[in-house]
Amino acid sequence: MRGPRPPVTDEQMEQLIGGLLRAGVLLASAVVAVGAAIYLARHGAEAPRYGTFRGEPDDLRHLSGILRSATALHGRGLIQLGLVLLIATPIARVSLALYGFARQRDRTYVAVTLCVLGVLAYSLFGSH
Amino acid sequence: MTIALLTLLLWVGALGAGMLGALTGLGGGVVIVPLLTLVFHVDIHYAIGASLVSVIATSSGAAAAFVREGYSNIRIGMFLEVATTVGALAGAFVAPWVSPSATAVVFGLVLLHSVYTSTHPPEATPDAPQDPLATRLRMNGSYPSAEGPRSYNVRGVPGGAALMFVAGALSGLLGIGSGAVKVLAMDQVMRIPFKVSTTTSNFMIGVTAAASAGVYLGRGYVDPGLAMPVMLGVLIGSMVGARVLARARTHVLRTVFAVVILVLAVEMIFNGLTGRI
Repeated sequence: MRGPRPPVTDEQMEQLIGGLLRAGVLLASAVVAVGAAIYLARHGAEAPRYGTFRGEPDDLRHLSGILRSATALHGRGLIQLGLVLLIATPIARVSLALYGFARQRDRTYVAVTLCVLGVLAYSLFGSH
Repeated sequence: MTIALLTLLLWVGALGAGMLGALTGLGGGVVIVPLLTLVFHVDIHYAIGASLVSVIATSSGAAAAFVREGYSNIRIGMFLEVATTVGALAGAFVAPWVSPSATAVVFGLVLLHSVYTSTHPPEATPDAPQDPLATRLRMNGSYPSAEGPRSYNVRGVPGGAALMFVAGALSGLLGIGSGAVKVLAMDQVMRIPFKVSTTTSNFMIGVTAAASAGVYLGRGYVDPGLAMPVMLGVLIGSMVGARVLARARTHVLRTVFAVVILVLAVEMIFNGLTGRI
């Protein structure tokens, strides 16, 4: 069975995935770099306190809090938003592979990729 | 020490971590955890959070190049990722009930074992018979070498997948990509060429770490002040490492791999046993 569009070759998929990874890390590091500039300007001269674990405040743990903090241009919130984008990059990469395998009508790998996405979705949204 | 100085020092350390991580397929975490805990006396929880970030950054930064150049095998990576992501979840959920010292000793023992196996490479069998399961899963491929594209056949798929589950669980427990176990499984059990093993490991560890990173972010382990210099340094280092790998000889890469994990194995076991972590 042939669809209206020609299937993607493995090489084309490699180019697409490589491009997506590059775009993801560049976007994430740009956001982190802006946050870093604000954070260091405000807190750079203070002494770090990482010897005992206290845990991050709530607005740096969850997406809604991180978004609030980042839109208020807090350095730490912006860094955290960049880190969320970084964490999202491999997930976007798996989604893109799913699309590629579906275009190739490779059912085994569509199933395999769906499994990976399912576990990822569970760990990110279902566990707390 | 000020935050500005700590940020600068961490960034420099992360440059090296990213480069070594990309070259060896181990991810930046193998260097970042001991750097933070042993050198900067950062609590292990924060170190694990920063280390997961470094693993994702190494993986994505280097994989962008490795995938385009045809080193990483996307099908092998995706297939084995099922085992690693499930294993990573299992590891992350038991982590709160595991002591850091015991974790450090386990980490060290795993690394010591990898030193031995990585310096005893399996004999090259370029014309080995095709494994029916690997053929059915379309895992056989080719990779660039100095003499042009070189093809390879994959074996031992079930054994490789079982080891990947262990690798994923370690990753969830220790905040490292546990690339050592992954490279080992592909190199020793599945008989995949070393450069394909390390780059495919590198390709996978980002997804494994992303599965754990979500859990740890919610628990408050990911500190922006520590993760920021680590991420920015590791990204640049991993891109440099990706360029070096393309030209490096396999036996040099194996030696670098073995030396890195030997040093870390001794360090982690010592610190675990003396209760420094």
